[in-house]
Amino acid sequence: MQMPQPDAGILERKARIVARLATAVSGGEVIHAPEETRAYECDALTAYKCPPMAVVLPSTTEEVSAVLAICHEEGVPVVPRGAGTSLAGGALPTADCVILGTARMNAVLETDYANRFIRVQSGRTNLSVTGAVEEEGFFYAPDPSSQLACAIAGNVAMNSGGAHCLKYGVTTNNLLGVTMVLMDGTVVEIGGAHLDAPGLDLLGVICGSEGQLGVVTEATLRILHKPEGARPVLIGYDSNEVAGACVSDIIRAGVLPVAIEFMDRPCIRACEAFAKAGYPDCEALLIVEVEGSEAEIQHQLDLIGEIARRHDPVELREAKDADEARRIWLGRKSAFGAMGQINDYMCLDGTIPVSSLPMVLRRIGELSGEYGLDVANVFHAGDGNMHPLILFDANKPGDLEKCEELGAEILKLCVEAGGCLTGEHGVGVEKRDLMGVQYAPEDLEAQMAVKDVFDPKWLLNPAKVFPLTVSQPRRAAA
Amino acid sequence: MTPKTEAELSEAIAAAQGPLAIRGGGTRAFAQAEGETLSTAGLAGITLHEPGALTLVAAAGTPLADIEAALEAEGQRLAFEPPDLRGLLGREGVSTIGGVVAANASGPRRIQAGACRDFLLGVRFVDGSGTIVKNGGRVMKNVTGYDLVKLMAGSHGTLGVLSEVSLKVLPKPEATAVLLIEGLGDDQAVAAMSAALGSPYDVTGAAHTQKGVDGAPVTMIRVEGFTPSVAYRAQALKEKLARFGDIAIEDDPEKTAAGWAWVRDVSQHVGQPGDVWRISVKPSDGPEVARRLPGAEVLYDWGGGLLWARVPEGSDVRGLLGDLPGHATRVRGGDAGIATFHPEPAPVAALSQGLRARFDPRGILNPGIMG
Repeated sequence: MQMPQPDAGILERKARIVARLATAVSGGEVIHAPEETRAYECDALTAYKCPPMAVVLPSTTEEVSAVLAICHEEGVPVVPRGAGTSLAGGALPTADCVILGTARMNAVLETDYANRFIRVQSGRTNLSVTGAVEEEGFFYAPDPSSQLACAIAGNVAMNSGGAHCLKYGVTTNNLLGVTMVLMDGTVVEIGGAHLDAPGLDLLGVICGSEGQLGVVTEATLRILHKPEGARPVLIGYDSNEVAGACVSDIIRAGVLPVAIEFMDRPCIRACEAFAKAGYPDCEALLIVEVEGSEAEIQHQLDLIGEIARRHDPVELREAKDADEARRIWLGRKSAFGAMGQINDYMCLDGTIPVSSLPMVLRRIGELSGEYGLDVANVFHAGDGNMHPLILFDANKPGDLEKCEELGAEILKLCVEAGGCLTGEHGVGVEKRDLMGVQYAPEDLEAQMAVKDVFDPKWLLNPAKVFPLTVSQPRRAAA
Repeated sequence: MTPKTEAELSEAIAAAQGPLAIRGGGTRAFAQAEGETLSTAGLAGITLHEPGALTLVAAAGTPLADIEAALEAEGQRLAFEPPDLRGLLGREGVSTIGGVVAANASGPRRIQAGACRDFLLGVRFVDGSGTIVKNGGRVMKNVTGYDLVKLMAGSHGTLGVLSEVSLKVLPKPEATAVLLIEGLGDDQAVAAMSAALGSPYDVTGAAHTQKGVDGAPVTMIRVEGFTPSVAYRAQALKEKLARFGDIAIEDDPEKTAAGWAWVRDVSQHVGQPGDVWRISVKPSDGPEVARRLPGAEVLYDWGGGLLWARVPEGSDVRGLLGDLPGHATRVRGGDAGIATFHPEPAPVAALSQGLRARFDPRGILNPGIMG
């Protein structure tokens, strides 16, 4: 993975830029000493690191506007950063950039249960949005697995998903409005507590634009009343094909579970060794969770059980109480931790049509053999969102590069199967150079045209999303 | 012009010498552009329907009715409930899926399931230079690059002409029940709908009319799903809303379907004189909107947040709304001096104009209709 050479002219002006930025934020604090900027050198994609030139942590939309206006005048690239939990390198700095962090902006601005929305500053963490409304029985639905740490700013930038989005949708389906600051400091209000746009759906294109169109400082989010209850069932099969067919049959039957999680044998074994959740040693494990009143849950679990039994499962275990439910989820929720204990890993999130599941899993197995790197699969099966975890050894020379190559092969496979490179993590730097696999030059040109309008100088979160060679003329012209 | 293929569509746009009026079936546009008519009716056909993956792909000119029939055969449907506005607008013709998407046409279930844009997984379109562009795909989750899919939904043909759309579809529920409350004033009705929508009972429709078919106000709250679940939730809601008055529960499939089609298609205003406006606000502001419109008759959908207001001809509804946050679109009739679409604040309008200038540099696609 390459990043552009830092602009020596900007680095020469560092002292002046830092001094100007100090006038833009209350308290005048600008982080610029090398030992301090190091804290911002990477996000959750730790394979790539680069300390930024400086970091500012504004407290208000006005301060964000002042910071951006200064950077715009100075021609300094800005990398917006929520909580830095991106798995795609979405918040990876360049050496000549200013990191604009939302960490200080975490206030709840308005809570309205009658109209079912909450307005927050964008640095607020995902889980604490739910925390702010759960006393009244409400919740914010999108639940990325980093929800304890990740910020709404990052969720909006990456259009984050989560385990429960099969029923509730991803961020874009739950986002009603934003206050956003453009690179030149202009503040725009898009959407609000009312539904749908009066003109073009700008909110739709802002969500998921990876911080390249503007910096979202406030967000209006849809909140929902919590269901009365939820319970999972665990279903084991001796074949990925059969498990895939079972998923498809459940969906067709009209049951809309909140989650259908799928784990393959390498993943089941690693999770079992780590968490001792009592999983069977089989080829494929499904965890299907349904919601509602007790009677509704039982009705749906009965239907799912009936469908599952038609496919001859090796295990069918319904959670009868909260403790059993917890045990069923225990292994799945510790999957990443379990993998981390075995080895370094890279997590991909290509998405495929559910019907291609068996073929793709078979092919991933073959590729894993060819490259000599183990791959474990754990994913959101209801919506085809794969999560292959490629295990490698960061201390072994060449292993990271081999892992990157295998990852690229797997993502190409997802696209060939009719899917896409990334279902919920975003492109960032990680999948940037693969964009040409999914999109023709004209398709990328249309996307870049949007950036031209919002950020004509291409200063916001540069060198992400679009292959460097493709974006080069624009970055050079700016 | 009626191109038969995407390549012909591209050639037609590239070769156009002047403005083009983009047309699907001509059944739901709120404004008509001047120019040579470019119809997508020649681009028709469902190219993929995978019921087990909940996806359907179709050429933009495919009749909506064909899509609904194909889905019905598999026990599925378009969950965003696209309205049929032919009666309201006095149009004839065959609604196309491309037109539905271009208008982001969403019915009562929008409040729970989402709008058309939320079910749109991918698009292919031809921009104002004749370039063929694709975005999104046919999978449920996709954050690969910018989401031009949503940008195209509701762009009314001003950024490009859709050639193909890919949609998420959902199973049809086994049962439907509707709670009916008669005689509520607007404020009470919105309070009742808010209480229902803020409950755990998964309400999929909440509408109120000041004048139902027998002339009296009626509030309607819908639940859908498996039969025992629907029965349970309808009863639970009835108890929760008891303070609002007597509540009847209707679960006859034909009657409930007809009732919601009446709301969806704004049948209340069909054949009635006056202009019709579609106003989107925060639900609790809905009754205040109605009070500010002299001589208006209002159908509330989306829990009170969507108002279909029939007003005396030439009324400046937008002006009357004053400072209430939201937007108002004139869907029928009116004074040429009042814009059809709600004007955007200057910095937002600059972004929209910038996007149009990039996607349609010659300004030939439905010019002027959105401002």
